[in-house]
Amino acid sequence: MRKTVLSKLIQGERAVVLDISGGMRERLNDLGLIKGTAVTCVRKSPLGDPVAYLIRGAVIALRSEDSSCVTVKI
Amino acid sequence: MRDCQNINKKHGSVIALGGNPNVGKSTLFNGLTGLRQHTGNWPGKTVATAYGYCSYDQKEYIVVDLPGCYSLAAHSAEEEVARDFIRSGQADAVIIVCDATCLERNLYLALQTMEITPNVVVCVNLMDEAEKKKIKPDLTAISEKLGVPVVGTTARGKKGLDALMRAAVQVIENPKPRGPLDIQYGGHDGDAAALVSAAEEICRGSITFGDRDYIKNDTKTDRFITGKWTAFPIMLLALLAVFWLTITGANYPSRLISSLLFWGEEKLLLFFMWLNAPDFLTEMLVLGIYRVLAWVVAVMLPPMAIFFPLFTLLEDVGFLPRVAFNLDKCFKKCRACGKQALTMCMGFGCNAAGVIGCRIIDSPRERLIAIITNNFVPCNGRFPTFIAIISMFFAGASAGSGAALPSAALLTCFIVLGVVTTLIVSNILSKTALKGVPSSFTLELPPYRRPQIGKVIIRSIFDRTLFVLGRAAAMAAPAGLVIWLMANTAVGGVTLLARCSGFLDPFANHLGLDGVILLAFILGFPANEIVIPIIIMAYMAEGSILELSSLSALKQLLTDNGWTWITAVSVMLFSLLHWPCSTTCLTIRKETQSLKWTLVSILVPTLAGIAVCFMFAAAAKVLT
Repeated sequence: MRKTVLSKLIQGERAVVLDISGGMRERLNDLGLIKGTAVTCVRKSPLGDPVAYLIRGAVIALRSEDSSCVTVKI
Repeated sequence: MRDCQNINKKHGSVIALGGNPNVGKSTLFNGLTGLRQHTGNWPGKTVATAYGYCSYDQKEYIVVDLPGCYSLAAHSAEEEVARDFIRSGQADAVIIVCDATCLERNLYLALQTMEITPNVVVCVNLMDEAEKKKIKPDLTAISEKLGVPVVGTTARGKKGLDALMRAAVQVIENPKPRGPLDIQYGGHDGDAAALVSAAEEICRGSITFGDRDYIKNDTKTDRFITGKWTAFPIMLLALLAVFWLTITGANYPSRLISSLLFWGEEKLLLFFMWLNAPDFLTEMLVLGIYRVLAWVVAVMLPPMAIFFPLFTLLEDVGFLPRVAFNLDKCFKKCRACGKQALTMCMGFGCNAAGVIGCRIIDSPRERLIAIITNNFVPCNGRFPTFIAIISMFFAGASAGSGAALPSAALLTCFIVLGVVTTLIVSNILSKTALKGVPSSFTLELPPYRRPQIGKVIIRSIFDRTLFVLGRAAAMAAPAGLVIWLMANTAVGGVTLLARCSGFLDPFANHLGLDGVILLAFILGFPANEIVIPIIIMAYMAEGSILELSSLSALKQLLTDNGWTWITAVSVMLFSLLHWPCSTTCLTIRKETQSLKWTLVSILVPTLAGIAVCFMFAAAAKVLT
């Protein structure tokens, strides 16, 4: 197990959410992202940011500023 | 389709449709009401509540389509609309439409709704997609756990709609108190997390997944569409292809329609002569109103009838959210929202629609930026101007279909220029009048879906083409009258038209234009489509009358009036960068609720246009 933030995930990597900090928490909660949710990094956009994640069956793109507020374990 | 804040309940009970974006809510709405309403593949297509009627079991029901949202927490304007409507108690039943392929997340909204009202029906839509992906939700089990009816549907194939209405009617006629739900609120993760966990708990054991690799096909496509090296070339190629098809396809029907309508003009003249109508009336009606109308129809109808379906197809497939995904970083650098790429795309159709579409942007600051800069993408009313000028001056009017490709390429360059201007102006606004840092951004990339080609064509022709054409025609008729009157009313021996254009001439010359062109842009305020017809009428009124049967005759008329390639480029630049049309201005006023921002939205593109045209004209003078 390794602790990191969502934005550091590489393509194809899967992680479980430990904590969400900052003002994005409610927004991410609404998308089904809470403590314990499994997230897969699906792909990076051509300019490297945003990055698309697979969250509960849906593909959601997040900017690095926001995804760096999500602590995960791999 | 009408906006509704307060619905007259006399017509029957009210059923509200809520749900996440991209779950086929609008398709379901169309299926239930038979009312055509545009559905798209990006979040926030339904930007206002729309309603229609539906009869079931010999009773009338009012079905309200709420904007798609992920939550009722009111983070954005759309969520506020949805929440306020459900809270107001106007709905006798609320159907929450869910995506069968990601039910867990969708049930969150259903649970939130059930906190407000017990009269909820959960509609599990996209059952066909779920089947393809081998996802099998056990609807009976979910219904038992939720304590509300759960109905499976495939809105595209109109499957399950009857059962859905039956369930909704049952809820209306026998309202029950809330079911056996037990949610553990008050955990330190907050209520939202409690609801998400509850949704997870409900789905646990009630959904079987056959093959978890279903996402792989989309990943393959995305590797190209959003690939590091392929994304931008593909976007440009798509734009080029759309324009090429539009120009090539519109060429022949445009000529056919215009010869037909000018034949009609002759017959109409003969008819008036036979009636012994006074000369001024004949000329006013035929040469004033009819001619401008004929031009607008001939020039606009064919490109629109091709462009709109093509664009709708791109929407339907799921291409546009990827464009936003690709371009987001550019917008972030300019401290704006990536969803501005979507509102920009809507602007291609109609800037007023683009401005309304800006509601999908959560941050008020970023929304204003998107509204102010929306006019930098040329709407469908301006495309005919570009296409006509490009084919006359740059791609060779006499050349046949071989000229379509260079025309399309040039048009693409102009669009790219518009996009670059959007970014630059957004950046300037972010550093001056609308200071701030980019806010958070979430964008769902829906799965690629096979477009419903037949429906797309019908829908885009009826909903968009005829609507826009009708509006343009309604504006063209009075404008034709005004210009004819101006050309035929003399004050002190000089016509009003000559006076006005003469007055504007010195200023217009600095922009590489002439007085007539600038006057045409001013008179074209009601609708951009009529700019070129006004220019033609003004030139023809001042000099020789000639047959305008072809583009080469038109080019002759323009060059006789002093047009060069510099004038042509200047007109296109000014068309790209000038004040929004009246409809767009009114929409901006309505959306921003502020006269100040409406004025800013008029001034910013106008000043940009004046600056760019001035610089271009000055540079051209030095070069030639």
